[in-house]
Amino acid sequence: MNRIARGSLLGIEHMEAAEIVGLLKLARRMNPFKPRPLLRGKRVLLLFYEASTRTRSSFEIAAKSMGAMTTLVLSSGSSIEKGESLLDTAYTLRAVGADLIVVRHPNAGAPLLMAKHLDIPVVNAGDGMHEHPTQALLDAYTISRHKKSFKGLQVVIVGDIYHSRVARSAIHLLSKFGARITLCGPPEFLPELATSLAPGLHITRSVEEAARKADVIIVLRVQKERLAGMKIKLQDYIARYQMTMTRLKLAKRDALLMHPGPIIRGLELTWEVADCPQSVIVEEVRNGVPVRMAILAKALGRAR
Amino acid sequence: MARDKSNLGSLLIRGGRLIDPASKIDALMDVLLRDGRVAEIALPNKIRGGANEKFDARGLIIAPGFIDLHVHLREPGQVYKETIATGTAAAAAGGFTSVCCMPNTQPILDSPEWITWLQQSERGAVVNVFPVAAATHASKGAVLTDFRGLQRAGAVAVTDDGKPILSDDIMRETLRVASEINLPVIQHAEDTRMTENCSINDGPTAFRLGLRGMKAAAEASIVERDVQLAQQFTGARLHVAHLSTADALKAVRRGKRSRVRVTCEVTPHHFALIDENVGEYDTNFKMNPPLRSAADREALLVALADGTVDAIATDHAPHAPHEKIIEFERALFGIIGLETALGMAITRLHREQKIPLARIVELFTAGPTRVVDLRGRGTLARGSYADVTIFDPKKRWTFDASKSLSKSRNTPFNGWQFTGKVVATIVGGVIQYRA
Repeated sequence: MNRIARGSLLGIEHMEAAEIVGLLKLARRMNPFKPRPLLRGKRVLLLFYEASTRTRSSFEIAAKSMGAMTTLVLSSGSSIEKGESLLDTAYTLRAVGADLIVVRHPNAGAPLLMAKHLDIPVVNAGDGMHEHPTQALLDAYTISRHKKSFKGLQVVIVGDIYHSRVARSAIHLLSKFGARITLCGPPEFLPELATSLAPGLHITRSVEEAARKADVIIVLRVQKERLAGMKIKLQDYIARYQMTMTRLKLAKRDALLMHPGPIIRGLELTWEVADCPQSVIVEEVRNGVPVRMAILAKALGRAR
Repeated sequence: MARDKSNLGSLLIRGGRLIDPASKIDALMDVLLRDGRVAEIALPNKIRGGANEKFDARGLIIAPGFIDLHVHLREPGQVYKETIATGTAAAAAGGFTSVCCMPNTQPILDSPEWITWLQQSERGAVVNVFPVAAATHASKGAVLTDFRGLQRAGAVAVTDDGKPILSDDIMRETLRVASEINLPVIQHAEDTRMTENCSINDGPTAFRLGLRGMKAAAEASIVERDVQLAQQFTGARLHVAHLSTADALKAVRRGKRSRVRVTCEVTPHHFALIDENVGEYDTNFKMNPPLRSAADREALLVALADGTVDAIATDHAPHAPHEKIIEFERALFGIIGLETALGMAITRLHREQKIPLARIVELFTAGPTRVVDLRGRGTLARGSYADVTIFDPKKRWTFDASKSLSKSRNTPFNGWQFTGKVVATIVGGVIQYRA
């Protein structure tokens, strides 16, 4: 089987802009505090091969608030530990009655592999360094609550872009809508070839230059676990790239400060920045629920 | 090996165009094979006397039997992927009369006993099999194997293929000892300290897919070092396996200019495809070395044309579905390639790049015999072995992987259209494959 079931959400790269707009519009009509039984009787399987707090809980709440049944399968404590392959796990979950599988996996392309072999929608909750499409959608949703249009918006992404699936999805999404994206980080985290990802990307090694006149600043986590073997010193990184109030002030007065989480205060951003009025970090998490409701409702054909 | 009574007969191949680069012949010629050897070559209709069998080769090319310097036959130990019987059947279908098989089997081919075992007729080979032995015990890169003993048992070269010999000292020692007995050393050039967890070429495609990329420098730096080491020993013979980057080519060119005995091979997939072709995580495009950039491919095409590259080798690497239809990063490296090599070479090198057919035949015949010593092969000079590949350079055909004679199906070329097809493969005077 190689046809991918309708409703699958595997990445932003190959999505049509209209499809994204549709999902964002639908999300605006979703309210987790006013449950609608759109997914009554549906079974949503949450298959997590990697740790997650935000994504997992918000998918679960999104599904349940629409009346779906959810089952969580973690790689530890399941047959995955006994060596069951990804596809056999997928067939198993399908056989127990899954109507949709949400999957997070450490390998890029794993959700696509599942989708190619299943007749039910697969939603990518993050695959390796590849994409994290639902994060990009909730970030776009968050931006759209504060900014009139994406077109011409000055968006800055600061940090470890090389390892970041959030960055890849955000870049694809925002560039589809004409945002002007500047990437900022040291060469180890931001190789020059990053500009090949989408048209019109700019790179700067100076966070001051990047922040100046920005409408949106997305700060990424320094993935400490990946620093081993890299020629980068944490102290140097903090000195050059940490988001501080001084640097944030270079941005437009109404600039948004975003971060996909988890945040490490004192590393990629200061305590003050995380909690400052421009920070929408908590709002991003909150918006994850209606956005994921929209994704699930659309995927299971119950969106009206 | 296929040595039965029938090769005591004779076979007259008539009416074809003989291309034998080793003898500098490219003309309409008839070829008489008798008792497993080339008995006579003459202008059309000049061979008198009878032959038990005749082969009408009008409109076809008659070439010395093709030699593939780089195949994985998976025996001993991994017969679920391939056996010597199935691998050589695929080789015959691809026009290869001789294959050099790599030692990364289970166990590793690091003893004369295994080299002998591999060549026994019970293995069921239908083409000549020339084993390449491991250069170090269990290919661990630490202790050299018994090169003399391995050579006596029939090994034509040593390598730790699949793994590089990283240590300068061990590589130097390998070249030194091998040079004393005129044994070629084949290197899989990859500085694995730079390629950990990498699954494709470093570049925009790797970045887009979120895959760690192998830098060209990981290949080129090893080739550069090896060329320098080879220079230290008179008679050392270094062969670079599956060369894939422009920078590694530069190192080979420098070596050749300074009279180092360095040779190199290029695979059909590296001259036909680039990293972008991986598409959306298609594991049939995952091999090591990985598919490289368009610029690297261009450099390979130039080097194939200008003579820098000595041979086309397939790196035929069969794998079972459970090793390929999995997450891209976890899938094993390698593709099968024996049956598509000639079609790819004619389609891409001859028809598109205008490389003469004689040069392509050289890359499959005389070229490989510059790398390893296969006396009496790679040519159809009188007295040489009756190994002949007959092909139709104009025949259009479509490759159907499900009909492959290999045990495995891991190929990116399923459904591809090619021009140029093998019509018959003759090994020791016996027709082992006929289309």
